[in-house]
This record gives sequence, C-alpha cells and structure tokens, in this order.
Amino acid sequence: MARKPEPKQKNIGTTGHEWDGITELDTPMPRWWLWTFYLTIIWGIIYMILYPAIPLVKGATPGLLGYSSRGAVAEDIAAVSAKNAPLDAKIVSLDLAAIGSDPEVGTYANNGGAAVFRTFCIQCHGSGAEGAVGFPNLLDDDWLWGGDIESIYTTIKHGIRSEDDDDTRLSDMPAFGDDYLSDEEIASVAQYVLSLSGRATDETLVEDGSVVFADNCAACHGDDGKGLREMGAPNLTDSIWLYGGDLATVIETITYSRRGVMPAWSVDNKLSEAQIRQVAVYVHELGGGE
Amino acid sequence: MSTDTEETPPQLYAAREPIFPKRVKGKFRQLKWWLMIVTLGIYYITPWIRWDRGPGLPDQAVLIDMANRRFYFFWIEIWPYEFYFVAGLLIMAGLGLFLFTSALGRVWCGYACPQTIWTDLYILVERWIEGDRNARIRLHRQKWNLHKVRLRFTKWIVWLLIAVATGGAWVFYFADAPTLLVDLVTFKAPFVAYGFIAGLTATTFIFGGFMREQVCTYMCPWPRIQAAMMDEDTMTVVYREWRGEPRGKHRKAEGADKLGDCIDCNACVAVCPMGIDIRDGQQLECITCALCIDACDEMMVKVGKPTGLIAYITANDEPLERAGKPPRNMWKHLLRPRTIMYFTLWGAVGLGLLAALFLRADVQLNITPVRNPVYVTLSDGTIRNTYDIRILNKFQREETFLISVKSLDDDSEFDLELQGIDGHMIVVPADTTYSQRVYLNVSPDEPAATRDRTDVRIWIEAQTNGERASVDTVFNGDAP
Repeated sequence: MARKPEPKQKNIGTTGHEWDGITELDTPMPRWWLWTFYLTIIWGIIYMILYPAIPLVKGATPGLLGYSSRGAVAEDIAAVSAKNAPLDAKIVSLDLAAIGSDPEVGTYANNGGAAVFRTFCIQCHGSGAEGAVGFPNLLDDDWLWGGDIESIYTTIKHGIRSEDDDDTRLSDMPAFGDDYLSDEEIASVAQYVLSLSGRATDETLVEDGSVVFADNCAACHGDDGKGLREMGAPNLTDSIWLYGGDLATVIETITYSRRGVMPAWSVDNKLSEAQIRQVAVYVHELGGGE
Repeated sequence: MSTDTEETPPQLYAAREPIFPKRVKGKFRQLKWWLMIVTLGIYYITPWIRWDRGPGLPDQAVLIDMANRRFYFFWIEIWPYEFYFVAGLLIMAGLGLFLFTSALGRVWCGYACPQTIWTDLYILVERWIEGDRNARIRLHRQKWNLHKVRLRFTKWIVWLLIAVATGGAWVFYFADAPTLLVDLVTFKAPFVAYGFIAGLTATTFIFGGFMREQVCTYMCPWPRIQAAMMDEDTMTVVYREWRGEPRGKHRKAEGADKLGDCIDCNACVAVCPMGIDIRDGQQLECITCALCIDACDEMMVKVGKPTGLIAYITANDEPLERAGKPPRNMWKHLLRPRTIMYFTLWGAVGLGLLAALFLRADVQLNITPVRNPVYVTLSDGTIRNTYDIRILNKFQREETFLISVKSLDDDSEFDLELQGIDGHMIVVPADTTYSQRVYLNVSPDEPAATRDRTDVRIWIEAQTNGERASVDTVFNGDAP
C-alpha cells in the first residue's frame, strides 16, 4: 500500500524500466521453469525420432514407430469392419424379409445400405433416390420389376440389361419405328396410351390405336395396359412416367424404344452379398416397398 | 548478504525458496478448516449419494453420463440440447467470482480454490509427520539419514494416497461409482478412467506437495485478472503500518515509548503460505488467506495490545484511519454500484435458469422435412411428403403417443402414415429420443395436392396424461 515493496533478495535489482516512478524488478525465473524448457526439448527430440518429422523431397522422415495418419485410418476402418463382420454374416444368413424386422440387424442394414446407396446409386437415382428421366424414382410405389424385397434384391444383384450377367433382367421392346408400324399407327396408339390415364388429345385416333395396341403391345403391357412385371413392362395407366408422359415423348418411346441399363452389382464383387442385401433393405424402406 | 549489486550479474533463474508455514490458531484458521471439510467432503462423497430414478435409469444422484448423453443432478435431468443450463451455471459461477472479488478481494484464492485447499491439506499432513515450522526447517537443512528418509517417504506416501483418492473421486462422477470402484480394483475399468486418475494424481501430488504457491504466482491467470474487479472499496488484508511502525522488539528498552504496536515477532511471516511479509504492503503473491491476521491477533492479545494490527480493511479507509477517524461502515463498502450490478446480473441469470427449469416440457417434438425430393407422386396421383420426426420422451416411463396432423390453410384431408408401423400410435421407451419417418399423403383432388405450400401442424399426444406437443411445418404440393 503505502510502502514500496522491497525485493526479498537485495541483489535482484530492477530492469531499469520506469513508468511514472514505478520500476520493474528483474526477478529471476524459477529454476523448475528452466527444467520444463529442457524437458520440452528432450520431448521434441524423442518425438522426431519416433514420429514422422523432417520434411524431405519425397515425404517426411518416417520415424521409428512407422506411424502415418493414413495407416491410422486404415486401422480404424479395419477395426470397424471386424466389429461389423458378425452383423454382415447375420445379414447374409437371414431371410431377406426378416432383416428389416430384426432391430439390431435392421438398423445396421438400413444405415449400411444408405452408405452404399450414397456411394454407388445416387449417380443415376439421385441423392434422395428421387430418380431422373430414364432412371426410376425409388420413393414411389411404381416398380418395373417388382417392389417386394426379393425383387429389389434380384434387380440390384443382376442388374438390368447387363452384359456381364447372364441372369440379368432383360426386356426387349422393339423400336416400332423400324418397319413395324407406320407413323399413323404410332400416332394413334400413342393417343390410346394417353387415353389409358384419361389424357388423350385426339379422341378420334383412340379407337384405331386400341387395335394397334392389342396387336402389338398387349402381349407385354397387358390387355388393360397395366403392365407386366415379369417382362419389366411398365404400367401405362398410372401417373408415373419414366421417360415422360406427354404425347411427343410417348411417340418417341414407341418409335425408338428405350433400353435403360443398370449394372449387375454382384459381378466382379462390385458389392458384397451383405452390401447388396443392405442396399435392398434400404431401398425397400424408402417408402414404396411392397 | 553483502554482495555488491553493481558487480554481480543478474541471475537468470533461481531455485524456489522453501516455505515452512507455521501452525496458527484463530477465527480465520477455524473458518478455513471448516471450508476444507465441507468442500473436500462434497467432492469425495457426492458420487456415492444414491437417488432412485426407477428401473433402467442410473441411481447415482450426480452423474455425467457421457455415453448416453445425460447429466443427472438429483431430481434434475439435463439432455444435451439443454446445455444452456450448464452454460448458465458457468456464467453464474463467473459472475459470482466477480461479485466476491470486487467485495472481498482474493477471497476465492484464500479460502475456496482447490489449489489452496489441497495445499492446506498437504501442509497439514506435512506438519503431522515432520513437525511444525522449526522442526521442518531443521529437517530441510540436515543431511540425508535414515530418519530423514523415513519421514520424507512417509509424507510422500500419504500425499500420494490423497492424490490417488482425488483422481479417483473425479472419475466416479462419470460412471456408476460402486461398479467403477470394483472395476478399477479388478483392472477391468476402461483405460480412460486409469488415465484420468493418473493425470489427476500427478497434478495433485506435484501441485499440492511441491509447486504450491508457485502455481498461484507463476501459473494461474486468475490473480492477474482479479485486479480488474478490485477497487478502493475492496476488502484486503492490510498491515496497519501507521499503527505498527516503527516496529521494535525491546519493549522495556530505552525509547520503547516511541515504538509502534508491531513487536517484530515475525509471527505473520512464519505462518504465511506464500512466503511473504505482509508488512511490506500489498503484494501480488498475497492470496488473502488471513492467516497472518490470526497470528498477529494472537500475539497482540499476549502483549496486551488491541488486535487488528493486521486486518481486512479497504484502501479508502486508510486515509481516514491515518487521520485518526473511524473507518466507514462495512456495508458502505459492500453495497456499491459495482457489487450491486454483479449481484443483479448473477440473480437475473439464476432466476432465468430456474424459470427455464420449471417450464421445460416432458415431451418434445422435432420435425425435419425430407426435402430431397420435396414431394413424391405415387402411381394413383397421390402427393406424398416425407418427414423425419423425433420424439423426446422425458418421462421416466415408456409412453405411447398418438400422432395426428391438421392443415392450417384449408380443409385438405391428410393421410398420415408411419414407416413400418400400422396405425398412428408410437411407443417410445422411457427417457429416450425416438426417430420415426412419417409420410403425409394427400389425394390429387385435395387443394393441398396442387398448392405450392400448405402449412400443417403435427401433434403428438401422450396417452397416459394427455400432454401434447406440436410443430408446424410445410406440405409441398405439385403446383402447376
């Protein structure tokens, strides 16, 4: 307060700095502080010997422990895979329909399937599985080849029109513009197809079109136009159109046919059996599964 | 020391000068003993208090359950999204420190800081084993022999046991204490538990046994910050040099009548755990533990002089006292704008937290609309929107919720569908968050099907007591 503090050791002295009569003691630093400083140096040397440290032209010195962050990630992934192995085994051994109802395996399959989907499927089917022109929306209840889990599984495993898999799903709609039907016939059958969902623009052609349909299309799409899943023939009476439901697009489809493809994911082990089952469960639970 | 300052180069570093605080008796020492018993008692015993919360829930009164992301405090249960309670408590702790510092100076340092408490405990052990100040100084100066080794090792072992108990008590706050104790002893506890015990054992042992006052002087930032909250009305430990000086020992010698009250007995220096002489005035090392007050008062009583030569007074009382006037009333110092403001803020945060605590609901509903895609057309033209809902069931029992939906814009009829569940009942286990995917379907004839946005409200209702929660969200139609 009133008295000026006196240094405990009289030989300390001051730094020589002075501000408004206030001087600064030149107190020596505690010795343990110096030890701590030496310890950090020793620590640093040991660290440099054990861990990657000195940058050279082609990467850093590796260090005695051989540590690398990539290696650590690989170890982590291996550990997670090892932990998931029993679950994967269970997914493969379970009946497909039973996977989703098992609480532990079901959650795992769904999350694993979502990860597989994000990696391999969203390029065509979209990140929300909403599809695109020519690539089916997997959220709705309309399925070309069937929406039960077995059908979804088969589609993923063997693909569609895949050249690598003999068991692939195959349908072969002719390009009716190549000598099968005249332009007039195509125009009339297109009007008939639109009429199936109540959207014909020229009623006068519908009747002619129904004859053309019965002769050329009903074999696969059915007499009532509701499609046939064994043939992968779409339902023409509903509100969902893979390539578009307007007149011009329907005429284009009839004239040139459509040959959408999907890889057979089991070929070359692109996806493991467990992964295929996971993604089948995931797609089945997106909202349209049967 | 007769070294010539001019010729000796300044030392760059120096060894710590050992401090041997002498035992002292008095009201402040008494208060500090009680504070030590209470604070250490709270720290060591709290994890062992049991609190029944029903089946499936931990029965530990105070538990930070990291794995399940819950904080239990007796009847209160904090979920992670309620972290603002913790933030609020930390703000209150901060403001409380400001309040106490501005009123009573470094009272936290002197009485309540763990560094002070544990150092005090370690010095107590040291005194039991090695004796009081003079015996310890002798022991420190003597050469190593069997006697010294025995005393030193006994002391270190007792310190180490206290340190282990300190580190051990810490981990009990994060897991069921009895289970963890058995696991620790049978070496089945997780590595992180041993790691924390080892770390806290080391810091307790080193800081309490060897670093002591250096932690306050060199390492802790708080003493330096505290200066910003102190002013001339702050109570600090002060030597009344205008009463004590000139000091002198020889009461019966010639000229003794010119001496002040200080008998230069060095009692205040001998008891100081920081190793300073309070008679040099205010110093940055002083933690205002007030032990010098006790020591001086004891001497003053013995020599028949009034006590209070060293006392808690404020800076602006000094000129009054020097002029022979009585100091101002203590309340005048304590109640001033700064302390009133700190207290008001502290109280406001506290009241806010209390209100939030009593107003929080037992049921909460969160909705995330799935916007990728915003809607799905089904084969019959139905428009579907998808939502991920989360129900927070804070009841400590399983609860069934009825979920329902209502359009806020028109009378569109929504068909609500639960993924994987028939009907509209959702069963949520006790004390959990439950995620569920919900579909809202609307037939193409309804207005909402062709409207860009329709506001909807989704309700859940607990079936046992009817408590409800709702969230408003948006339904996106296929606008032409």
